This record gives sequence, structure tokens and C-alpha cells, in this order.
Amino acid sequence: MSKIGVFICHCGENISATVDCQKVAEEVGKVEGVEFATDYKYMCSDPGQNLIKQAIKEHHLTGVVVGSCSPRMHEPTFRKTCASAGLNPFMCEVANLREQCSWVHEKGESTTEKAISLVKMLVEKVKKDQPLQSIEVPITKKALVIGGGIAGIQAALDIANCGHQVILVEKEPSIGGHMSQLSETFPTLDCSQCILTPRMVEVAQHPNITLYTYAELEKVEGSIGNFDVTIRLKAKSVDFSKCTGCGTCQQKCPQKKIPSEFNAGLGTRTAIYVPFPQAVPNKPVIDKEHCNYYQKGKCKLCSKVCPVGAIEYDKPDEFIKENVGAIVVTTGFNVLNTDFFPEYGYGKYKDVINGLQFERLASASGPTLGEIRRPSDGAIPKKIVFIACCGSRDPAKGIPYCSKICCMYTAKHAMLYQHKVHDGESYIFYMDVRATGKNYEEFVRRAIEEDGVKYVRGRVARVYEKNGKLIVKGADTLLGGQPVEIEADMVVLATAGVSNPGAEQLAQKMHISYDPYYFFSEAHPKLRPVETNTAGIFLAGACQSPKDIPDTVSMASGAAAKVAALFSQKNLVREPVIAVVNRCAPPVFSTCVGCFMCETACPYHAIEREDIKDRKGNVIKTVAKVNPGLCQGCGTCVAFCRSKSIDIQGFSNEEMYSEVVSLLNS
Amino acid sequence: MKIGFYPGCSLKGTSREYNESVLALAKALDIQLEEIDDWNCCGATAAHSVNKELSLSLPARVLALAEHQGFKEIVVPCAACYNRLSTTQYELAQDEEKKKKVSEIIGMPYDGSVKILNVLQMLQKYSLDTIKSKIVKPFAYKVACYYGCLLVRPHKVLQFDRVEDPQVMDSMMSLIGATPIDWAFKTECCGGGFTESRTDIVAKLSGNVMKDVNDRGAEAVIVACPMCHSNLDMRRPEIDKYLGEDVKVPVLYITQAIGLALGIEPETLGLQRHFVKVNTI
Repeated sequence: MSKIGVFICHCGENISATVDCQKVAEEVGKVEGVEFATDYKYMCSDPGQNLIKQAIKEHHLTGVVVGSCSPRMHEPTFRKTCASAGLNPFMCEVANLREQCSWVHEKGESTTEKAISLVKMLVEKVKKDQPLQSIEVPITKKALVIGGGIAGIQAALDIANCGHQVILVEKEPSIGGHMSQLSETFPTLDCSQCILTPRMVEVAQHPNITLYTYAELEKVEGSIGNFDVTIRLKAKSVDFSKCTGCGTCQQKCPQKKIPSEFNAGLGTRTAIYVPFPQAVPNKPVIDKEHCNYYQKGKCKLCSKVCPVGAIEYDKPDEFIKENVGAIVVTTGFNVLNTDFFPEYGYGKYKDVINGLQFERLASASGPTLGEIRRPSDGAIPKKIVFIACCGSRDPAKGIPYCSKICCMYTAKHAMLYQHKVHDGESYIFYMDVRATGKNYEEFVRRAIEEDGVKYVRGRVARVYEKNGKLIVKGADTLLGGQPVEIEADMVVLATAGVSNPGAEQLAQKMHISYDPYYFFSEAHPKLRPVETNTAGIFLAGACQSPKDIPDTVSMASGAAAKVAALFSQKNLVREPVIAVVNRCAPPVFSTCVGCFMCETACPYHAIEREDIKDRKGNVIKTVAKVNPGLCQGCGTCVAFCRSKSIDIQGFSNEEMYSEVVSLLNS
Repeated sequence: MKIGFYPGCSLKGTSREYNESVLALAKALDIQLEEIDDWNCCGATAAHSVNKELSLSLPARVLALAEHQGFKEIVVPCAACYNRLSTTQYELAQDEEKKKKVSEIIGMPYDGSVKILNVLQMLQKYSLDTIKSKIVKPFAYKVACYYGCLLVRPHKVLQFDRVEDPQVMDSMMSLIGATPIDWAFKTECCGGGFTESRTDIVAKLSGNVMKDVNDRGAEAVIVACPMCHSNLDMRRPEIDKYLGEDVKVPVLYITQAIGLALGIEPETLGLQRHFVKVNTI
């Protein structure tokens, strides 16, 4: 026989202003099985909680219903209260009398009636509730970080400094990501390499970090606390244990005209190459696409000149398996190339470049050693036009979002140009200037007021070449849409930040969700920004949306803190609100017929197959089994199950029906 | 194969040579064009500047007539007519209420099922192979293909070619042996309907177009719009005055250029009607 306690909260006046709380308590008190019912001004306060505890002890309650605010708000509070008084916390239910009743209705009889019905429904549910135990899952205290840009570096270092093992996987031959390509960084103009390279070295030397460069994620299985990952180590064709990084092979390689990815196509590299002099690790790999030996079958010059015999051709890719407890995805972003823009010449004008290319021109480690020289003839441009929002905020081009970083880096570009070319003129065509970070607005003002960068508000319609000049035709909307024509020596397009090619496949490999532009989705845009909807997989940096370095680094540290919090627990404790496949006595064992519709329905791959065997080990029946570590309690399998063999614990069919029947009876 | 033909006002007046060359070319390519009976003006710039309903009703009447006369497709050589007819069809397809209203105004049912083609689309759909096989005199000149505004925009409505860098005319000109140049004013405005009221603006805009044509050494400008032709051709004295130079490059309709390549007599194509004499071609 149930002995249920009902506690109606006034929530100050939030509930009591429209609901007669005393009447609710009185009416529900008459329901069969309700042993005790009362109301109180603030049930979540210390005296309110004590009221519940005392009642549980005095009346030996078997269940509790609190009529208060949304369970999202205080269900954990009241369940904890019940647990401290010795009641199973899952025998406590919360009726939402605030958000779903008092706040949305006028004061009156019917509002009180609705409140009574809501509480009665949960009284009936509590009668059917079963005590549940939280699920404990063991955790492998080792993290996988995918992507070795600044986000991955920061996350890996933070996790490693908490004393946990980290595996950092980077698909390029060196870590560093886009940040290593940047010249100076806004808003302080400190050199990007100077602040990044020490971190790269720290990663390489950290005892807790295992670094796999030139490697990619192949497969992920398992769940939070226990992911089984397979990593593909692409064949480098160089034995790193022997290679001393002397560089002789690069000097002798006959393929010298391959566009350098690090220099955004403005410089060249060899087929056996280290992407840049400060690379970590500072050892070369062979780019098979361009290597004479791999393409034509002969050359092997690098092997002949290598003093330590480190070159190893024709070695296949290797696969390694690792078990990790958490994954941080930090795969970054890309920028559109100039060939995306027909109106600006489809990339056919050499002196129309994108922002990343300008970074390389302005960088001391770039192809011009930091001098601003245009790609076509190496001349110093006397007039540069920067075009902001190239592709961004342009639904017709399919990129409706703001790429966020362009306003600031364009201001920085113009500023760097003015600092280096004193008699130069720079124009920035813009839609709006979005300088919303700390010291950002001041930075833009400095570009305008101190460095004389000319801001023109308006769009550029066309860029074309005439007599060796790039004619930029646009409008100045602050002068009433007056047409503007500028004869420039170079044009820099702040092209939209987009997701990396392959982002979609990676997301599908990991079962994390992504938006229409293939940026990975966070679990909640405000309150869970670094988590994905898949437990144990976290996000940081521009793979989630375009963002600048400060935001990326904070997000990476946030993700690392989430991983550290997860690893600080002995076992993983999860709410038992998960699906279970029923079991019963032989010879039936379970009503599950083994159709495995649930397996196809489950978005979390939580359905496993279990063989029921007799004593001799012969398989009697194969039934579905839910992996409690993976199940998120969404209930899709329940809806799919033809034989009604699956239920969600705490939300079983029986519990739900009793609520509905209660409502129909009232 | 019978295709409806909507000449519009320009082709019966200032652009008779466009009309003549379209019909001559169609004949040479075995395309049967039949003029829509009792057609009216599309309203052009004037109607949609003053009255929205009128700007939809005038083209809708033409389309409704074409439907009743049993045409599945109609050819509309004038870029402005093409644009207005297509826009009307698009807008009425989006809005059932508007469609009903317009149907009442024009006093006949309107369905919106007729496929509207410009001359380029007609040639592309039916005649590329025929043209290739019938070339007798390759049009071996350096040409600037000029699309103007109305032929390709708005893309949402017309769904025709690349908005910023259209290619249809260029590839057709290559087909008949010409060398289309890469230039910057393909889709710039010629000044359009300002030709009467603000000739100074037309002189400037068309002047910019002709300057680039001249500077890049094109021997002819190829167009598919009567308005563009009028402005670049008839307004040449004003253009020359604005530019301060004598630009002699003639302006030809694409139908004339192809016609010449197929060996049709220049007079049949109306070549003698241009203000800027076509002596060099």
C-alpha cells in the first residue's frame, strides 16, 4: 500500500497568485494512498526541504510528489532531499505548477482545478514508480583530441596538465593549424608564431601527451568512458626514429614547384617536406601525389642522400587501436578560395588573394619574409582594397552566417600594410564592422584614426583587370549609394569561413550532429556549448563555428575542464532513465522476438544483441540488450518495438498510462 | 514543331532588324515561329514603375493568349519582354490570390503553363547541332558578348546562365568561329529606358561599356536585347562625345551574327539598318 506525501509550493507568489495552493493540497490529500499533504511558501528553501524530510520519517512515506516549478529547475533538489531522508530518489516526482499552470493562466477556479489534476496525475505515477539505482560506468582516464590547431593544443595541454593521458591526432605533418600561418594577431599585434610555437613544443615534450601527426581518425566505437578508437597513421615514408631532421633530402628533392599549403599557395615546397621551419615534429614526410618515385617509379634521390637511411618507401598505412574515455573534436575550419567569386574574377587574377594568403605575405616566415609584395610581379602594392564579407552574410551564395573573424583580421591586415608601406593607401569595403571583443573596437578605431585606413561602407560589384590595375567597382552607401571606382594594385578578399572538407564524414563517424554548413553542433547553444549531443564527445574551436583565437582557446579550456571533471570521478554516474528490454522466466526469457527494429531506430547505437544460452552453452534465443552507457533515454526504440518489450525506466508504459487514466477520471 | 512568337513592341519598331534576323534565322534552322494573335505590350519599365497590377496583367494577357492558342512554348527575343513575362509567371505562381485577381482583370483564364524562351534558349534547345552543320562562312572575329541586365537577372526568377559571368552567347559565338573576349562589362547596365529622358546617363553607362570593348580590341559587340542595341548603336554620337573618341565597333544581334555565318544575305538580316555601319564585318 502506497503512502504518498504531497507538497505544494507557493513559489512566493509565483504559483499562489493564480492557484489556490491550500485547496490543491486539501483536494489531493483526499486521494487514496495519499498519507500526507501540505502547502508551503518556498518548498525549495531549507525549512521547506526539512518539511519533506520530516514527513518522510514521521509518516513512513513510500513516495513524494512536489507541486512546484518545472522539474528542470528543482527535480534534482527534491530528489536529493528525499534521498537524504532514506527514500529512493526516483520515488520523488515533480508536478510543474508554475511554468505549465500558474504562469500561463489567469487566476480562477479552473486554474486551481488544472493544478489539482497535474498533481493527481503524478500521485498515480508515483504509485507505479519503481526504486531505481543510478548507473555506474567505469571510465578510461585517457582522452583523444582530434586536430592539432590551437584548440587541440590548448585542450591537450590542459587535460595533460590535470595528470591524464592524452592522444593528439593531427592529419597534417605538423601541429599548429591555421594559427601557425598567421602573421600578427589582433588586437595586440603580437606575433602568432611567437605565442604558438612554445605551446607546440610543450605538446611534443609533455610526458602525458602522445602525438600522432599525419594521422586520421578511422573508426569510433563504444561510449562515454570507453571509446574504442582506431587511428590511421598515414605512411610518412620516413622513419622518424632514425631521421635527424637534417634537411638534406629537401634540398636535393627534384620536385620543387609544389604549391605550399602552409603558404596558402603563394610559395612552393618539395615533395619530401617539412611544412614550415618551426614544425612540430620537425621531420619530413613524402607527399606521394607529387613524388617522382611514387608517380613515375624512379628517383629515390632522398634515399640516396639521407645520411642515416631513414627513407622507407612503400610502407603501408598503419592502424592503431586506443581505448579512451573522452574525445575532444578540434578539427578547425577553412576559408573559401578566391575562385568561389565569379564577380571578382574566379581566382584568375593573381593579385586578388584571400585573407589567409595576405597573412602569409605579412608574416616574417612567409614567402616574402614579411614584405607586402603582390604575387603577380613581386611589386610593393601602393593601393590595396580589402573586401569584407566575401561570401559571408550572403544567402544567395549559400553562406548566410557571419564568419565573425573577418572584420577584425581585415582591420589588422590594413593596419599591418600601413605599418609596412608608409606611402600606401588602403581601403576596406564593409557591410558593418562587428568588433565585439575586448579591445576590438579600439583596435578598429586605431586602424581608422591613427593608421589612416579608409573604410567605405558598401559592397563591391566587380573586380576586373585593366592596364595592369585591378579596377574595383563598388558603392558607397553612406554617400547615398554613390558608385565608387578604385584602381588598386592588389585586392584582398575576406572570404567566408567554412567547415573543413570531410567534416560531415567525421561527424558521421563519431555520431555527432552538425548544422547545414557542416559545423558540428553543440548540445545547447548557451548552457552546453562545448558538449555534443553524444555523451563524452566535446567540441572546441572553429569546427563548431568560425571563431577567433581568444574564443577558441577559452572553448578548448572549457572542453578540457569538462573532460577533467569526467575523469575526476571514480565511475561514471548516470541517471537510470534508460531503455531496458524486459526479462521473464523460462521458457520465454523475454518477450523480445529479436526483430532488431530497435537497432535500426536507435540514434546512439545503444542496442546490442545478447544470446540467451542453456547450461550447455547452446543459444536458445537472441534478444536485444540496451547498453546503459550509450543509451540516452530518448525512447525511440520503445515506439518501434512491435512486441512492447522495451520500456524506459522511470517512464514505463504502465507509469504513463496511470497518469493518463488519472486525468481521464478527473 | 510550332513555337509561339512574341515580338513585343521594340521588334516592330526600333528593332525591326532584330525581328527580321530572328525570323530569317528561324527559317534557316527549320524552326516554325507563329506570332501570337492579338498580343499587347508587356508594359516594360513603364508599367512596373507606376502600377503593380498593370505590370502583371499586361504580360499575363500575352501568356493567357498563348495558352488559348495552344502554344506550349513561346519565344520572346526582347530581353525586357522576356524578363517581364518570366517575372509575371513567377509571381503569379507564388500567389493563388494574385493569379485569380489578374485573371479577372484580363478577363480570361490564366494557367501559367507556357514555357518562356529567349532567343538564346531557343537556339540552345533546338539548333546547336544544325547551326554547326550549316556554317558556310565562319564568323571569324573578335567579339564582346554583351548580356546587359535583363537577360540573366534576377536569377531566382529566370534560372538562366551564371548571373555574374554568363556564358551562353560566348559559347555560341565560339561555335560559329568567333573569338569571344574576356571583358569586364558583360552584365553592366547600358542605361536602358533612360535613352529618351536622360540621354546623358545613357551616354555615360553605354560609353563605359563601349570603351572597354574598344580598349580590348573587339571587332563587334554581340547583343540579344533591343534596348542594349539601341543604346550602344543609336546613341553612338553621344557615347563618342562622352568618351572623347570615335568608337567604330558595330553592334550586332546574335541572330545577325549567326545568320551571317549561315550565309544569309546581310539585307535579309537587316544589317543595313544599324546606325553604326557594319563595314568591317
